Amino acid sequence: MAKRLDLKDVDIYYGSFQAVDGVTLSIPPNSVTAFIGPSGCGKSTVLRALNRMHEVVPGARVEGEVLLDGEDIYAPNVDPVSVRRTIGMVFQRPNPFPTMSIRDNVVAGLKLQGVKNKKVLDEVAERSLRGANLWNEVKDRLNKPGGSLSGGQQQRLCIARAIAVQPEVLLMDEPCSALDPISTLAIEDLIANLKKQYTIVIVTHNMQQAARVSDQTAFFNLRATGEPGRLVEIGDTEKVFSTPTEKATEDYISGRFG
Amino acid sequence: MTDLPVTGGPAGAGDTGVVRGLPVTATIPEGHVRMPDTGPPPAPPPDEPAGATSSRRGDRLFRWLVTGSGAFVVALIGAIGLFLLVQAIPSVLVDQDNFLLSRNFDTEDPANLRFGILDLLLVTVEVSVFALVLAMPVGLGIALFLTQYAPPRLARPFGYLIDVLAAVPSIIFGLWGILVLAPVLEPVAGWLQAHLGGFFLFAPGNSGIAGATVFTAGIVLAVMILPIITSITREVFERTPRTHVEAALALGATRWEVIRIAVLPFGRSGYISASMLGLGRALGETIALTIILAGVQTPFSGSLFDGGATFASKIALSFAELNNDLSAGAYIAAGLVLFVLTFAVNALARAVIARSGAVA
Amino acid sequence: MSTTIDLDEPAVGPTFTPISTGRKIRNGIAAVLVTLAFLVAVVPLVWVLWTVIAEGLSVVLRPGWWTQSLNGLLGRQQGGGAYHAIYGTLMQSLIAAAIATPIGILVAIYLVEYGAKSRLARATTFMVDILTGIPSIVAALFVYAVWIAILGFDRSAFAVSLALVLLMVPVVVRSTEEMLRIVPDDLREAAYALGVPKWKTIVRIVIPTALSGMLTGISLALARIMGETAPMLILVAYAPFINYNVFAGNMASLPLLMTVERANPTEAGSDRIWGAAITLILIITVFQLIAALLSRVTAPKTK
Repeated sequence: MAKRLDLKDVDIYYGSFQAVDGVTLSIPPNSVTAFIGPSGCGKSTVLRALNRMHEVVPGARVEGEVLLDGEDIYAPNVDPVSVRRTIGMVFQRPNPFPTMSIRDNVVAGLKLQGVKNKKVLDEVAERSLRGANLWNEVKDRLNKPGGSLSGGQQQRLCIARAIAVQPEVLLMDEPCSALDPISTLAIEDLIANLKKQYTIVIVTHNMQQAARVSDQTAFFNLRATGEPGRLVEIGDTEKVFSTPTEKATEDYISGRFG
Repeated sequence: MTDLPVTGGPAGAGDTGVVRGLPVTATIPEGHVRMPDTGPPPAPPPDEPAGATSSRRGDRLFRWLVTGSGAFVVALIGAIGLFLLVQAIPSVLVDQDNFLLSRNFDTEDPANLRFGILDLLLVTVEVSVFALVLAMPVGLGIALFLTQYAPPRLARPFGYLIDVLAAVPSIIFGLWGILVLAPVLEPVAGWLQAHLGGFFLFAPGNSGIAGATVFTAGIVLAVMILPIITSITREVFERTPRTHVEAALALGATRWEVIRIAVLPFGRSGYISASMLGLGRALGETIALTIILAGVQTPFSGSLFDGGATFASKIALSFAELNNDLSAGAYIAAGLVLFVLTFAVNALARAVIARSGAVA
Repeated sequence: MSTTIDLDEPAVGPTFTPISTGRKIRNGIAAVLVTLAFLVAVVPLVWVLWTVIAEGLSVVLRPGWWTQSLNGLLGRQQGGGAYHAIYGTLMQSLIAAAIATPIGILVAIYLVEYGAKSRLARATTFMVDILTGIPSIVAALFVYAVWIAILGFDRSAFAVSLALVLLMVPVVVRSTEEMLRIVPDDLREAAYALGVPKWKTIVRIVIPTALSGMLTGISLALARIMGETAPMLILVAYAPFINYNVFAGNMASLPLLMTVERANPTEAGSDRIWGAAITLILIITVFQLIAALLSRVTAPKTK
């Protein structure tokens, strides 16, 4: 199911402000790619452009090409809704739907697509919750509201919800930044498992996390304040962390700035 | 353990209606106990040794002042009920008719008062509910249009247009309703009576004056309560946490589906309470109905094409000419019933919010 | 690759899970209905305003409309103006605002900064809720019951103001409360950390931050009571001449003028009604514009 993503010379604008300049990179299927870099460098913006979530902000637009297995997700005949259906996303803060039960949260996407068969929905709910390593913790209270879970559990619930619709790619925008270390560890383990089925892109502020979970790492940076963010370098995680080609990357990774 | 449910939901919206339930925007690390939005300000001010007495005296004075104001409002409403009762009871006691079931309202002779509220109640409820039925779906639509559909640049001026509707005094709506709208509605009214006249709502009514009917009044009332419903509902919808909207979008929801699974569940209790407020406003609307509804001698049949009087319009029409306390008491008694009615609607609105708040 | 688009191909390639037609149709219908709802609301607005302007504009442009009363004029006689009614409307609402604004603000401060979840705060919130829904005619009856029937005062413009106070207080409380709650706790904490006493924090930090929104709320409340008619019908009689004394005698106001002239079937009567209507709308608009300006001037600077 996993598919590859290719970005070709992607510029991102908010109105007249250019947030990201000329990003070109490839994300192979069944891999984990980490986006790292200082605050405001555009890494989250790039991530959100991968499933057209940035369009929520009025005036946001993308130039260049974002190809999912060769199909441009910005082609005029492509519906952003179907892009998001295909490329799932997990957010910085867990955001289960507060009025829905745990089970309904997981199958929310399927219900949208018109799946009504209770048996199918129950199966998917269980499979997805198992996939998100949450099943054992919640199997006895599937009808409780999603908000009743702890933060770490909520985030895994959101992951379950995202994989329930069987996307090709899973985008994660600092998924652990609101979680405690133990919950973080649980999510990181989960990411390693999910890689078998999905292509994963994760934005993180935490460099150890990038080193732990990702296969390749992309480092973003600003040339100067007010300038657009850009991709400084991308490569195998091991290599980026041990022998980065760019000075800026080395400075950032060694904690000299950022 | 300590992290709150990360809902910006209507929890806690029970006490002041819709102003609560602000979305949580700050990032809160897990394990950090956070003051609830609705709670008191976080920390008591530190005791400051220097000048502590004067600042403490200032604090105490200020606390008394504001607490006293709160107590004053509570006492005021208590007084409203009490004084209205004091004025109303003597008249109700000498009422020759059944106060609740009589359809008369004859207060000419203070020695022989014959009055009851049944017709007033029926007209008031029918015209208000009719207005609400018209205004609720439109109000919801407008709120959705302004928050979810209109281009952001236009949403503000568009919203301002609706607010202008609220700024138009009801007396002007009343005049417009009877002089301009009623003639235009005549063919519609005629058609309804001709084709659906078998149903009591559309039966030919007793209003002798063309258009001076519950039908016209209800439509005008609907226009008048629309801005109330819209503005509050809009505000609540605007507060839909972005995270919920994004969660829905990321699942591949269409715009309408985002509304269905993120916006409406979040805003539902606000919408219902807004509608209740609109209903309360309609129940008590005075001058527009005084102008539009024709005075009639026959009892209310339930038809939308009847004339008649609501509590408020009856009081407004007759009160100025009263010259004795007993006759005035009859109208005050009617006013008291209206007060109780609006009170009940408010309480109901609060119950709805409280219940939905408990679910979330 | 995104090569030439074949029109016979499905619009969305197999790469993306397509959205079912049913969902698209539902999405489209919703958009149409919602837009229609908005248009439905604009129709009466434009219609009412157009009616008022068409019937009333020429009247308010006549000489004397803004500077003369109707003293000594017969119902069918043209001429005169609404000066007396404008004075009445302004006086009655401004007196009401002068009383209601401090009460409303203090109550809101109590609820947000002091009340917490105490029993009195809950009772106050509950009562403000009720007051919000109180019909203007009931407020008028209450003032009648207390001020006129029990305390024995005569009907007067001041009695009207008292009724308007009852209508204005809850609006001020609600809007102020809302604005105060939006002020972030961080600001309060920062002030406490500097050793500023609580009341000074409120007066110097919290209120200025919320001021812009509070002023808007107050002006909206003022606009609401300016258009009220019910209290005038019960608590004061109409006078076609100017009366500066709010505590005694009959006094006109624009809504009352319109109600009274309803009984006047002549063209002069109709002119006065629509002239008063447009005047009332103008006055309310002016107050709202002032409010908008004030709120812009007092808004916390961001640049």
